[in-house]
Amino acid sequence: METALKLNVNGEVRQVLAPANHSLLEVLRERCGLTGTKHGCELGECGACTVLLDGEPVLACLVLAVECEDRRVETVEGLSNGAALHPLQQAFADLGAAQCGYCTPGMLMTAKALLDSNPLASEMEVREALAGNLCRCTGYWKIVEAVQWAGRMSTGDMVPPQCLRERNAAGGCSHG
Amino acid sequence: MSIEDRKVKLVLGFAADRQEVELTIPDEEPTPWDLESKFSVVGGKHARVDALAKVTGRAKYTHDINLPGMLFGGFARCPHAAAEITSVDAAEALLVPGVKAAIPMTQDRVRYAGQPVCALAATTRQALAAGIAKVQAVYKVLPHAARIDQAMADAAPLVHRNQQSNLSGSGQPRNAETVAAELEKSAKVVRATARTQVQTHASMETHSSVAKWDGDKLTLWTSTQATFGVRSQVADALRIPEANITVICDFMGGGFGSKFGAGYFTAIAARLAQECGAPVKIALDRREEHTDTGNRPDSIQEMALGVSTDGKLGAYSVKIHGTPGIGRGAGARNPMIYDFPREMRAVAQVEVATNAGPQAAMRAPGHPQGSFALETIMDLAAEAIGMDPLEFRRINDSNPVRLQQYSDGAKRIGWEQRRKNGSATGRFRRGMGVGSSTWGGLGGPQAEVDCKIFRDGSVQVRNGAQDIGTGAKTVMAVVVAEELGLPLTKVSAFMGNTSDPIGPASGGSTTAPSIAPAARQAAYLAGRELKALVAKHLGVNADKLLMKAGRISTAEGKGLAFEEACRLIQSGEISARGKRRSNFRTYRDGVAGVQFAEVEVDCEYGLVRVVRIVALQDAGIIINRLQAESQVNGGVIQGLAYALMEERVMDRQRGHQLNADFEAYKVPGMKDMPEIECVLYDIANGGNNTSVCGIGEPTCIPTASAIAGAIHNAIGARVLSLPMTADKVLAALAQRESGK
Repeated sequence: METALKLNVNGEVRQVLAPANHSLLEVLRERCGLTGTKHGCELGECGACTVLLDGEPVLACLVLAVECEDRRVETVEGLSNGAALHPLQQAFADLGAAQCGYCTPGMLMTAKALLDSNPLASEMEVREALAGNLCRCTGYWKIVEAVQWAGRMSTGDMVPPQCLRERNAAGGCSHG
Repeated sequence: MSIEDRKVKLVLGFAADRQEVELTIPDEEPTPWDLESKFSVVGGKHARVDALAKVTGRAKYTHDINLPGMLFGGFARCPHAAAEITSVDAAEALLVPGVKAAIPMTQDRVRYAGQPVCALAATTRQALAAGIAKVQAVYKVLPHAARIDQAMADAAPLVHRNQQSNLSGSGQPRNAETVAAELEKSAKVVRATARTQVQTHASMETHSSVAKWDGDKLTLWTSTQATFGVRSQVADALRIPEANITVICDFMGGGFGSKFGAGYFTAIAARLAQECGAPVKIALDRREEHTDTGNRPDSIQEMALGVSTDGKLGAYSVKIHGTPGIGRGAGARNPMIYDFPREMRAVAQVEVATNAGPQAAMRAPGHPQGSFALETIMDLAAEAIGMDPLEFRRINDSNPVRLQQYSDGAKRIGWEQRRKNGSATGRFRRGMGVGSSTWGGLGGPQAEVDCKIFRDGSVQVRNGAQDIGTGAKTVMAVVVAEELGLPLTKVSAFMGNTSDPIGPASGGSTTAPSIAPAARQAAYLAGRELKALVAKHLGVNADKLLMKAGRISTAEGKGLAFEEACRLIQSGEISARGKRRSNFRTYRDGVAGVQFAEVEVDCEYGLVRVVRIVALQDAGIIINRLQAESQVNGGVIQGLAYALMEERVMDRQRGHQLNADFEAYKVPGMKDMPEIECVLYDIANGGNNTSVCGIGEPTCIPTASAIAGAIHNAIGARVLSLPMTADKVLAALAQRESGK
């Protein structure tokens, strides 16, 4: 038995049919075609499926899609403004914060919620906010660096980190 | 030497140890990079070529493949650790609405909890779960031995029916008698037994495959470390030609050794898809990922080491027990980093079969286990003869790279401030420790790469192996950009489709050193064709043309911009294939690493906080510094997890894994990170035309050992068992107190 749902995802209102017992994760990935939000454990333990609900990070595997009607859902697909990347996306790419990339969408969304309220978050604040997002590859430091830099970039408060300065000096910049 | 070959002189090694060598190079090979090479792209910090796809959510992993009419596959699994199967009946399951097919797994016995007994496919995941619940399996439950102590006990239940014992191994090791006699004579003999735990790979993306048939052609999307391996294994399993199979892995969410094989689920997905006439996706859940996709075997390592009073290593014996579950291969490699006299080592390996999921290669298989034991006995020996543990290593290690790393690392960690073991007082005590590693990571043949230069000046590089997240695609692009004198933005790199040229399985840290030289050769050959066009156009000698800074020109500046040169291409594109040759002369036969740790132990609660790790790593010539640093950080954090957190816990009574999730199986999070200082060395190791060596594995080897040494230094007692959790730290402290 499928229910008609009206979801506001990334500012776009979508009508979808889905069983009432489907999680937001399933509906996003399987009914809306938005596979940027990742499936990691479906136990609420890894953070890979983090999306924003009315601006707050939630684990999409623990939220029913029917609970999200008339609320704002934001996913990684809505993070950039057309071709213009969100500062977090730019920083994650430039600073190597995405390795295999599987935890990246969840990291980005959790970090966005943090920076929206606290763009100049300290290292400890970043680590606290992202403590529930697991990553098995990077060793985390480049993620912390990218989040801090993105926050400061958006407020125009910070010179680029060392590696970017070096790269700019060498005249090369790359991602394609 | 054929007429086309040429002689080249290279400088291998590093600043402190230069070696000049002369080599004969075939015509199609570029002159290998060496210590004297000057780079414009290689060695920089470059964003990954696929970074944008990853940060926008566009990157498609196997989990993300959703095809029209696709079914969901999964497994009914045995709840018993050991049982005879009386019957498996899927008739009722097939009555569940949405369930389309069931394939019983033919076997008469299950040997671990969670072993699959029947595969199903259904229209939704909910229907699949309902179907799985309806599979009727009748078992005759048998006694089990899920843990190493149970399997080693007298009269233990036999895991394998056809064996007399759960134990199998090397028996009396080589040199056993010589070593025993030498130990008798040693000035000092130190004995200890080290234990390590079972660790699971716990990749963020679980094992998964999607199978789709088009007539007799099969397309498989799979999360794998070996696209070509999957192709041949599935061809074998289904008895269809490899030529009919395409394997695709555009992006994958970690493997760490667990994704070498096709896995039973991939061939089953294909069989279900065939039976149902629809694509089938099988994606394991988190519990299945922990229990049924491999693990790092545990170990019990009983050691004896003889040392002279002036600190030289003498005889060493170690007897290793380890559990591969129902699989094979549980050996803790004793890495033998230090200068043991060759005939003075006796290593006995005993495999202990258990009723648990089979082991799988995991990041530097065998080495972290062996390292923990070896560095433990090294620290205990240093303490026994009253020598500084770093000095003890220095005088027993002849590797010039590690000697440099000891010296650099000691400065960075502040080793001179290290106090004597156990001299710290108060509730919070600090200490420092050190550990070393050795690894191969030289790569080899069986890698071919295509490089295409198009008329519009763009460049493409392709290989059919997979980029498992390490950045292999970017490595190829960097190498090609360097060779053609272009910025990295001009080069597109593609991997992960078996329609492209052959490539290696990603294991042993061999991907980069296997594909990078082939990529360089491909670019060299393509570039040479382009140079010939330019030479003809300008009337200059092609040998005088250089490709640098986006131009193809003579030293005097006569030439064309790269784009202009490309317009001379008549046929639309230049295409060349590079082939990885066998390794030539290397500087060392592997890479060297050393790590230092500083910890703070809370002696009231037994909690260990790692304050800092200094990781010094050789990986040949560094191709992309950003990725190399990330590999070091990632290796260190997995090593830290091995030291302090991760452990598969098996229930003694029922033989189940009790912590097959991320709540009780503790993978480190962002708050567990120590400060990590990463020191990379540019070492021209030779062996291939890029001098690159692998870095994925060695960085996780010595971390736990360095942390163990630091805890020892802080509290004056050795924790001999991993993970070094609070209870073990407090027990070691209590033992030290009671010994006073």
